Amino acid sequence: MKRFALLLALLLAAVAHAQSAWESGTDGLAPIPPLTARVTDRTGTLDASQRAALEDKLAAWESKTGNQLVVLMVPSTKPEPIEAYSIRVAEAWKIGRKGADNGAVFLVAKDDRKMRIEVGYGLEGVLTDAMARRIISDDVAPYFRDNRFAAGIDAGVTRIMQVVDSGGTVAPPPDKRAQVPRGFNLETLLIVLFVGVPLVGGILKRVFGRLLGSTFGAGIIGVGAWLFAGSMAIALLAGFVALVVMLFLGVGSTFGRRGGMYIPTGGWGGGGFRGGGFGGGGGGFSGGGGSFGGGGASGGW
Amino acid sequence: MLGRLAALVAVLASLALSGCGYNQLQRQDESVKAAWSEVLNQYQRRADLVPNLVNTVKGYAAHEQQVLTEVTNARAQVGAIRATPELINDPAAFEKFVQAQNQLQSALSRLLLVAENYPNLKADALFRDLQSQLEGTENRIAVARNRYIKSVQEFNTTVRQFPTNLTAMVFKMDVKPNFTVADEGAVSRPPTVDFNKPQPAPAPAPKS
Repeated sequence: MKRFALLLALLLAAVAHAQSAWESGTDGLAPIPPLTARVTDRTGTLDASQRAALEDKLAAWESKTGNQLVVLMVPSTKPEPIEAYSIRVAEAWKIGRKGADNGAVFLVAKDDRKMRIEVGYGLEGVLTDAMARRIISDDVAPYFRDNRFAAGIDAGVTRIMQVVDSGGTVAPPPDKRAQVPRGFNLETLLIVLFVGVPLVGGILKRVFGRLLGSTFGAGIIGVGAWLFAGSMAIALLAGFVALVVMLFLGVGSTFGRRGGMYIPTGGWGGGGFRGGGFGGGGGGFSGGGGSFGGGGASGGW
Repeated sequence: MLGRLAALVAVLASLALSGCGYNQLQRQDESVKAAWSEVLNQYQRRADLVPNLVNTVKGYAAHEQQVLTEVTNARAQVGAIRATPELINDPAAFEKFVQAQNQLQSALSRLLLVAENYPNLKADALFRDLQSQLEGTENRIAVARNRYIKSVQEFNTTVRQFPTNLTAMVFKMDVKPNFTVADEGAVSRPPTVDFNKPQPAPAPAPKS
């Protein structure tokens, strides 16, 4: 129970950290809200039931076709034009599945009276720029002009779904394999296992003895893996494997004598570990790693 | 025992190689190339749109010869430059290429401005589609250019920083040209249209 409370506290802290990192924005640009739901309304325009209805609709479509569509309403994108803000949102949220890139973002900048449909690479073929523009000017703008925002967004979303469905873009069913998070590669795991485990294990075992040393070492490996991969599952797995290796294979004793020789000096070439679409922990919803190249259209009302 | 030692040596060797930044340089070099290909790709997409756009405008505003010829000429100029991936290793050719593309861009935006004066043209469904495609492509170009700028910045930093600059020197990797601020200025400056006197060809972007 106590451990559970601790875990919860840790999670909360991580979420708060992610939150504050987002909120602060960069260089005086409009901040990008964290992605927590399919409908994000920073203007307080939609009431709870409207938002829930939209959410349900988007979620249902996503589970039916595999394509991902989210809605974001912000007061303003100033000082950037809506296109620049929109691509930043798309890059941060990574809507759509990695590889399929079948995501789209419907962005409304209410006070700027501007909107944009940002289309992921995979949907550009069906949801063309011309089509996106038609949806904006023909389906959505008339509602927005009457200040009927919920109805306008609903109409736009419905039309986007129709267009994408008519193109037959049903993404292949999601991979059922346990997904190794992006940014974590096997190479790193192997280096950790083959260099880190004997090294750390050897030293610790000499200091603490077999059982305590192995446990300690496994813990360190686990934490290291957690830092690198940012995933609890990977960390637990790495820690467990490390424990088994240290305890039973006895590599530690082989390398232990020379352990001091192999202390890596100053890390290797850094970089490369980009935390992909699974930031923050917590939060029931996230993008799948889809990429965007600036396709879509903008318009006013 | 021997096998294990060999494995260790292999691991250490790979660590040493990546430690001096060789792998990093290769990776960033590739990402610059990929980003550049995307820039070329989108420029090509824009060039492909031009003939259709010109024809559509001609249907409604055939007497706007000035701006139509300008677009056609700029398009021809862009087509005359062989846009190869190797362009990024030749700053002079890069400069020329970027300038030709910028000229096409400003000619096109003048064309669209002129189109504003023809309500029938503006109402034409084909023209509207072409226009949104052009806008979308311009936006894709902006995105691709931004990503190229970022990847070149990363690569150039690695090339110039110690100790990776030594590796770069050994393997003869040099900093790559980037889009300059002068270019950005030319891109973001709205084109001026004066209907009274014939327009000279747009002045090339000032050297920074």
